[in-house]
Amino acid sequence: MNLHTANEWRPQTVPPSTPVREAIGSVIYEFRWLAADTAMMAWRNLMHYRRNPETLMSTIAGPVMFLFLFNYVFGGAIGAGRDFNYIDYLVPGVLIQNNLFTVMNTGIGIASDLQKGFVDRYRSLPMARSAVLGGRVCATSLISFVSVYWTLAIAMLFGMRFHGDLLPVLLMPLVVGVFCFGVAWLSALVGVTVRNAETASASTFFITIPLTFLSSTFVPVETMPGWLQAFAEVNPITHVVNLCRNMAQGGPLESYAWITAFWIALLIIGVGTLATWSYRRIS
Amino acid sequence: MDNAIEVRQISKSYGKVVALENVDLNVRRGSVMGLLGPNGAGKTTLVRILTTLLRPSSGSATVLGYDVVRHARHLRSYIGLAGQSAAVDDLLTGRENIHMAGRLYHMPKREVQKRAQDLLEQFDLVEAADRSVKGYSGGMRRRLDLAASLVANPPMIFLDEPTTGLDPRSRLELWDVIRNLVSEGTTVLLTTQYLEEADQLADEITVIDLGKVIAQGTADELKHQAGSEFIEVTVRDAEETRRAAGVLSNFAENNECDINEEDNIASIMVEDGAPLMVQIVRSLDAEDIAVANMAVRQPTLDDVFLALTGRTAEEAATESEQDQD
Ligand SMILES: Nc1ncnc2c1ncn2[C@@H]1O[C@H](COP(=O)(O)OP(=O)(O)OP(=O)(O)O)[C@@H](O)[C@H]1O
Ligand SMILES: [Mg+2]
Repeated sequence: MNLHTANEWRPQTVPPSTPVREAIGSVIYEFRWLAADTAMMAWRNLMHYRRNPETLMSTIAGPVMFLFLFNYVFGGAIGAGRDFNYIDYLVPGVLIQNNLFTVMNTGIGIASDLQKGFVDRYRSLPMARSAVLGGRVCATSLISFVSVYWTLAIAMLFGMRFHGDLLPVLLMPLVVGVFCFGVAWLSALVGVTVRNAETASASTFFITIPLTFLSSTFVPVETMPGWLQAFAEVNPITHVVNLCRNMAQGGPLESYAWITAFWIALLIIGVGTLATWSYRRIS
Repeated sequence: MDNAIEVRQISKSYGKVVALENVDLNVRRGSVMGLLGPNGAGKTTLVRILTTLLRPSSGSATVLGYDVVRHARHLRSYIGLAGQSAAVDDLLTGRENIHMAGRLYHMPKREVQKRAQDLLEQFDLVEAADRSVKGYSGGMRRRLDLAASLVANPPMIFLDEPTTGLDPRSRLELWDVIRNLVSEGTTVLLTTQYLEEADQLADEITVIDLGKVIAQGTADELKHQAGSEFIEVTVRDAEETRRAAGVLSNFAENNECDINEEDNIASIMVEDGAPLMVQIVRSLDAEDIAVANMAVRQPTLDDVFLALTGRTAEEAATESEQDQD
């Protein structure tokens, strides 16, 4: 047995230098390897879905169930006397809700890695540190993006039709995808903060359910009592759902687009940075 | 530079719990250092500091010349860590686990593939290589974890309780693997609660207890610190054991004789065993006690721990657990 044979790969020797150079070097190093390491970690997480397809159950069955329940159980009552087809109204809401559930798995996975001491191995490797979170975020976001098309296919079976212009219709899934990428960072922050898979799972529920129901996801905001309307009006979910709805069905986009863009930026830049920073601070 | 590890006055506390207190440690390049201590002694804490996972509260340490805090990023390329709980991904295959580790060390893809195959062969995991780790036994997981930590040929490797939870056969196998590593020139720091393991593998042993280094040296030196040899006399029954003990205590350093009633063994601590043997046999013969077996025994590390701390390793562990509550 010979572990060290000639010409084998060896890490390159880089002599350490002054603290300032070290700090600059760390930043350059982080960026240099970020893409490769994130891809590796995303691959790992996608393999998890492949080996454990039942974890995709809610992503796959969720839209079928929600479209069925809301369209047939509530659809008659909500849609009655209105000038739109309720299924057309409902689909963007279900899309966002289901994708929120999907990307909220990000934090659960991160928390369980932290819990198992799995992260110790990663932190002892010379990899880009942000890649552990980034990999999970990218994996769940990718799954959620693909599931947009699945949900739309089911919706069309339920009788949903697009009435918007071609370009907005084509771009709508992208908006959902990017928004959910941002929410995935929020979930990552939850995971890093609670560091316990069960707690992360529970907080997911308490974040997602109120945010989606207290918005224009399932019913027009005007039907709510005043105080609730006030909340629903500022709820970012309302804005992103309305944006997607108008992209699919035609209607004004401008104001919704700006507010949605603001939230996306806040989630990706603000929350993403905070999550990464919290992860680095763990010791 | 001859030392792979130099630890200077490292302390670490978690809130009120002091996990390490002014620890000093040198590990020569190419040697095996055994870090020995009961549960809660601070072994994992020290390993985590040396592998850049944890910052010390005070003091400094270098590994392979790199400061563990200031040059952490560089250092990570040259060390391997097999932590206390095997950090292998259950849903990936053995090969995928090694592959992932190699890629995260930033090794070229082809290099990783070749290396993964070599390691799987060395660690006797070829058959299981493409099955998911979920179905692996405890011993296989440990071996895989070790293989993954060796993928980049690190010149320094940390093993935190590598054989805890393994059956005796797997333990012996793992010992062989570690010996092989050492023969290739890798420096190893391993922690263990098993005195025998440290004795078997380590060139030098550091005993820590409640966060402090209480002894350091080769296994022989430590045994010498316990100071003495033991003479053990086995007789036929309990009654004779008691009578033999009466005779033996006259020869003992401390005039005391330990009795093991189950196996009918009476044992005493003496300065130098061999010259006393004849006298003891004569005295026992005079009392009409038939000797079934008689031996001079070197102190084990268990005896050493007892001599150093006044407690057996087991008692110390229970105590530390109670401290926590
Ligand atoms: N994250 C933590 N927070 C608070 N206390 C901690 C933490 N980690 C370890 N400790 C405490 O520090 C002390 C040393 O722990 P450490 O894990 O280093 O011991 P050990 O020698 O590795 O024990 P074992 O053999 O059980 O693995 C213990 O009293 C432990 O309870
Ligand atoms: Mg430990």
